[in-house]
Amino acid sequence: MDALVGILHADWFINLVYLVAVLLFVFGLKKLSSPRTARQGNTLSMSGMFTAIVITLFDKNIVSFEMIIIGIAAGAVVGIFMAKKVAMTSMPEMVAILNGFGGIGSALVALAEYYTGQNTITQDMIVYVTLNLSIIVGTLTFTGSVVAFGKLYGIIPGQPLIVTTSKIINVLLLLGSFVMATMLYSDITRIELLYGILVSACVLGITLVVPIGGADMPVVVSLLNSYSGIAVAMTGFVLHNNALIVVGSLVGASGIILTNIMCKGMNRSLANVLFGGFGTGDSGPAVAPKEGGVLQVAKSASPEEAAMVMDIAEKVIIVPGYGMAVSQAQHIVKKLADLLEKRGTSVKYAIHPVAGRMPGHMNVLLAEAGVEYDKLYDLEINDEFARTDVVIVIGANDVVNPGAKTNPQCAIYGMPVFDVENAKTVFVLKRSLNPGFAGIENELFFLDNTLMVFGDAKKTIENFVTSLEEMD
Amino acid sequence: MESLSVIMTVYVFVLAIFVGFELISKVPPTLHTPLMSASNAISGITLLGALVVGGKEGGWEDLAKILGFAAIFFASLNVFGGYAVTDRMLQMFKRDKKSKKQES
Repeated sequence: MDALVGILHADWFINLVYLVAVLLFVFGLKKLSSPRTARQGNTLSMSGMFTAIVITLFDKNIVSFEMIIIGIAAGAVVGIFMAKKVAMTSMPEMVAILNGFGGIGSALVALAEYYTGQNTITQDMIVYVTLNLSIIVGTLTFTGSVVAFGKLYGIIPGQPLIVTTSKIINVLLLLGSFVMATMLYSDITRIELLYGILVSACVLGITLVVPIGGADMPVVVSLLNSYSGIAVAMTGFVLHNNALIVVGSLVGASGIILTNIMCKGMNRSLANVLFGGFGTGDSGPAVAPKEGGVLQVAKSASPEEAAMVMDIAEKVIIVPGYGMAVSQAQHIVKKLADLLEKRGTSVKYAIHPVAGRMPGHMNVLLAEAGVEYDKLYDLEINDEFARTDVVIVIGANDVVNPGAKTNPQCAIYGMPVFDVENAKTVFVLKRSLNPGFAGIENELFFLDNTLMVFGDAKKTIENFVTSLEEMD
Repeated sequence: MESLSVIMTVYVFVLAIFVGFELISKVPPTLHTPLMSASNAISGITLLGALVVGGKEGGWEDLAKILGFAAIFFASLNVFGGYAVTDRMLQMFKRDKKSKKQES
């Protein structure tokens, strides 16, 4: 028995078990490559986490379990409650705040290491540097995520608050915390320097996210996801814990890849998103710019007229955007699609990489409504619009703006967009003619084959459904 | 840490980043939201470090232990909340049985 306990306490054994846990995480992520195996992958990942936690509890330095039990129980209750209660439309907020908690968790561990190991942390340069990075990155991830959460939730205005000096402030805050960390190195007992670092990191998180507009939130959420991973990896260096280093790297890489996909989806560089102050959300004129002195006017249609066109359509593509999430229209969209499919119409969905407020937001909403995932298409669907009878654009704007292809003066020029204008008829469901989040006029609305259907998206689609049902 | 073991940790770090890039680039866009919540869950691995600080000798007057306690709370929140919400999302993803489209 004693021999067994001895093995469980041994560093080599604990690290061996960590390797098993890490492999379970890797296989779990691998199974995320298909929706068929993804759920199984999540279970694998969970068993990896369980294994890692259990073996850690055998660590010989753990002697009191009071805080551990209370802490885990409280975290589990709050976490599971949030996970069960959150609406699918609020998933961006949920991920944003979890990013923040991941960041603060790592920063707190690093801070505790500062207090317990004052005599040893300066002996090893790698430990000292990663300890400070963990505190800085973890803290700024937390405050940044809280601001992102506030913007997504609507507590903080979504408009980018353009502060021309924000770039300089950010650089100063970052440099300042590095300088303070260097000073702290020469005298580790100067606790006020540590507080200084914490305060700068807190402020930096806020000043990094506040200037970014609501429509750019997919980039911010992905980037903060990456930061939370980096903070974990840095904490892993401090604790010489390979499990933390590997997992932190995986999460960091994941966030970076998503950030990159989002930037490509908008044809903008990361720097431009972070400092551009784009996406004002201001309402503009209800008419298009004059062309040869003549005002262009958009044509509109009633839901009944639209339903008549859909009735005889063979091929329909639905293009959802953030507006679908706002009006919670996903279930009624599915009902409309079912009705159309019953008539032999083929229905597909075109989802732009940056539709919604986070990567994959629209896919989750449609999955919630019961739409099969093999009907969801990316930009790959673009060739099909020319062979499509009806396109229904629901609360999307910039991702269907032909100006991105034709008008070099257009602010989103070069961004990959759906070629919806090639379809026979395009219905655009919108509250009013105001420009979208990017504050840009959309030429699509004024084309001959475009018909606007004004009103709340959910109500409008309900009317489509009733009209179609009446025709049966 | 002696220099060789430092190098070994850096090895692990660099190779793990490459594994991460390989794995994540194969995740289809339709699963990007569950991917993010799953990565939230696994970044709760920082709990391993928190457990050691929160479970060391000492009581509620020990600042390091209090910090460890807070870290245990936040990391557990991420682990349980992250996995639960990922599972909730993933169980919604259904495939059209009639469809002949091959999965990529």
